[in-house]
Amino acid sequence: MILGMVLLLQVFGLAVQVKRPVDPRHPEAGSVRMIRLWVSATITPLERVFVATGSWLAQSWHDYVNVGGLRRENRELREQNEKLLLEEARMAEEANQARRLQALLDFKQHFITQTVAAQVIGSSGTEQSRILYIDRGSGDGLRPDMAVITPDGVVGKVQEVFPFTAQVLVMNDLSSGVGALLEKSRLHGVVKGTATGELLLDHVMVDEKVEPGERVLTSGGDRIYPKGLPIGTVAQISPGNNLFLTIHLRPTVDLSRLEEVLVVTQPHLEQADSENPVKAADILAQRLPGVTQKQENPADGQAGATNGAPANQKQNPAPVKIKPIRPPVKSAPQNQPTATPTPVATPSSTPTPPEVAKPQ
Amino acid sequence: MSAAVIYTSREEIEVYRFNLAATFFIPLVALLLQSYLPVAFHGRLHFFDVFDLPLLVTIFFGVARRNPIAGSITGCLIGLAQDALTHNYLGLFGIAKTFVGYGASSLAIKIDVENPGSRFLITVGFYIIHRIAYLLVQHGMVEQNAPANWLHSIGAALANGLLAIVVFWVLDKFKQRG
Repeated sequence: MILGMVLLLQVFGLAVQVKRPVDPRHPEAGSVRMIRLWVSATITPLERVFVATGSWLAQSWHDYVNVGGLRRENRELREQNEKLLLEEARMAEEANQARRLQALLDFKQHFITQTVAAQVIGSSGTEQSRILYIDRGSGDGLRPDMAVITPDGVVGKVQEVFPFTAQVLVMNDLSSGVGALLEKSRLHGVVKGTATGELLLDHVMVDEKVEPGERVLTSGGDRIYPKGLPIGTVAQISPGNNLFLTIHLRPTVDLSRLEEVLVVTQPHLEQADSENPVKAADILAQRLPGVTQKQENPADGQAGATNGAPANQKQNPAPVKIKPIRPPVKSAPQNQPTATPTPVATPSSTPTPPEVAKPQ
Repeated sequence: MSAAVIYTSREEIEVYRFNLAATFFIPLVALLLQSYLPVAFHGRLHFFDVFDLPLLVTIFFGVARRNPIAGSITGCLIGLAQDALTHNYLGLFGIAKTFVGYGASSLAIKIDVENPGSRFLITVGFYIIHRIAYLLVQHGMVEQNAPANWLHSIGAALANGLLAIVVFWVLDKFKQRG
């Protein structure tokens, strides 16, 4: 008995001193005193048992006995779920709004320098007048005849301005008119509204070739809308009652579901049409094959017919693209050429295609 | 010798009046809703512009007051206010609604206008009259050549007739016996 006790005491003393690796297969795990290993090997299995038993008991209580608590917890989770769903819907709405506003901002930064963002707050409330009310007025710099747009395209123009609000005449109103041109054929026309709120492209001669799906852009000739903004696409073409085609357009902007718009407070209309205004002879030459354009201004993109053929746009197979509108370089004198790119959407019979990009 | 035929009982020609707040705010609310609802909820109610709440209010005040002068003035004022919301000339809706206000007041003296069926019919009828008056002024004076699009107008008249049943029932709460 005494021998056993002495031996046990010495073994115990050795166990306190000797270190053993925690896991012989993984020496990098380090070593620990043998006494700790023994104690751990003795205690932890019991602890595991206790913990497992306790867990089983708690789980059993939770699952089979404590129904009231389950119901309460279920109710709390449902409430939390509903709150989260509402929160998710709110955040989704805010994210959508942020995306729309970001698109507006991007558009504003890349395309037009000075615009005012506005919220649509009302309408005329009648089909006889397609008017919208926006929450910006003269105090925000708005003036009549300013263009109203979205990143998708043209909406209309400012009709009346009040101190804190303004009327916007939507382009599908019967009395509306937007100077337009077809993107590929470069034919000019006027986009008008109808009594039923449709869009028509007018003043395109019946002998012109227009294809469905072709994009219609602003021409800038009306001095209201910046050049190159998308208006719509050709949806349907039919011969009209007079010399002109009846071209139905599908607007690029959903004009019945407008929320935020941009009012162009400083359009850069000085770009092409103010410096090189489209002459009546050019327009006539476009309308009537056989009438040649005069070469009065060589800088005007060789406006005259180069080979004696009619200066119609169809003789130029290469489509002329629109340059993006950029602010003019203010330091340059007005009477000297500046670094400002001149939009080249005006009719041109130059055989070399301009290299410019589409409006963003 | 001539005698006017009156198709109403004594009770049916009861004249109603409205307090000042109702007289002012009911047309105002109608104009507000007419302007706001087509763009409300992300433009999902844009179909609402086929309805003409100011017209319904004009008809309602006309038939309730049964006074052609008051009906005409009410129609004129509501119509002018509605014109002011548009970009068209002031007076297009004004003239049309003056006709309607006068007609509704005059008609209410002669026939029963209290039950839903007659309310539906008079609203449909006055919508068409209103449309005709508007187009006549538009073509004759303003020289705007807007197509009539009668099929659409008849559909809108029926829709307004149905809406009138509900709107008139709500507005009945504001009536006071004269």
